Amino acid sequence: MNTIHALLVTLLVAIGSGFLLVGTIGLLRFPDVYNRMHATSKATTLGAASLFLAGAVYFGPQEVGGAGLTSLVGIVFLFLTVPTGAHVISQAAERMGVAFHGDASWPDDDPRDPEQ
Amino acid sequence: MATELPAFLDLAITAGLVIASGVTLLAGYRVIRGPTTPDRVVGLDAIGTNVVAVAVLFAIRTGRGFFVDIGLVLAIIGFISTIAVARYVSEGDIIQ
Repeated sequence: MNTIHALLVTLLVAIGSGFLLVGTIGLLRFPDVYNRMHATSKATTLGAASLFLAGAVYFGPQEVGGAGLTSLVGIVFLFLTVPTGAHVISQAAERMGVAFHGDASWPDDDPRDPEQ
Repeated sequence: MATELPAFLDLAITAGLVIASGVTLLAGYRVIRGPTTPDRVVGLDAIGTNVVAVAVLFAIRTGRGFFVDIGLVLAIIGFISTIAVARYVSEGDIIQ
């Protein structure tokens, strides 16, 4: 493999690892379920997708095992399924009655209305 | 594709494996100490995504493309388990 190929794979691996680190820092430091889910479902997904793209660049489109095209399929799968999973988890948390951090409230209930 | 990797790419992949493994352990803290059940589900989802990243990095390191397929299967299993746990927590059963 030549130098430009290796440099591109190195850059994508560095970007992906950085996004994984940022997403996990958000998972540990945010005060609320919804904030944590936001951090993981955006940053961690971008990191894993960048690593998949590094795999696609490294293996290339002409590999016998077909790992490059499988990596592209993995990117599409992550972008389709991780927001769906995050939405389902947030619905479950809202049904369990997990409260917000601070003085935030759901959009359809008024905190000044005593009938809620 | 068992060619010799350049030195900087080998260093980058080693650093990426260390970062992904450490990040998986840190997400385990949220699984253990999360105040509510959805916190633990979010932590497990993050762990699943990090394990997918570890599988892809290992595929690049060893030059075996089959580990990318393993990562894809792990992503599918993580998605299905997330949906199942969320439905079980919110509704009490998975299939009514």
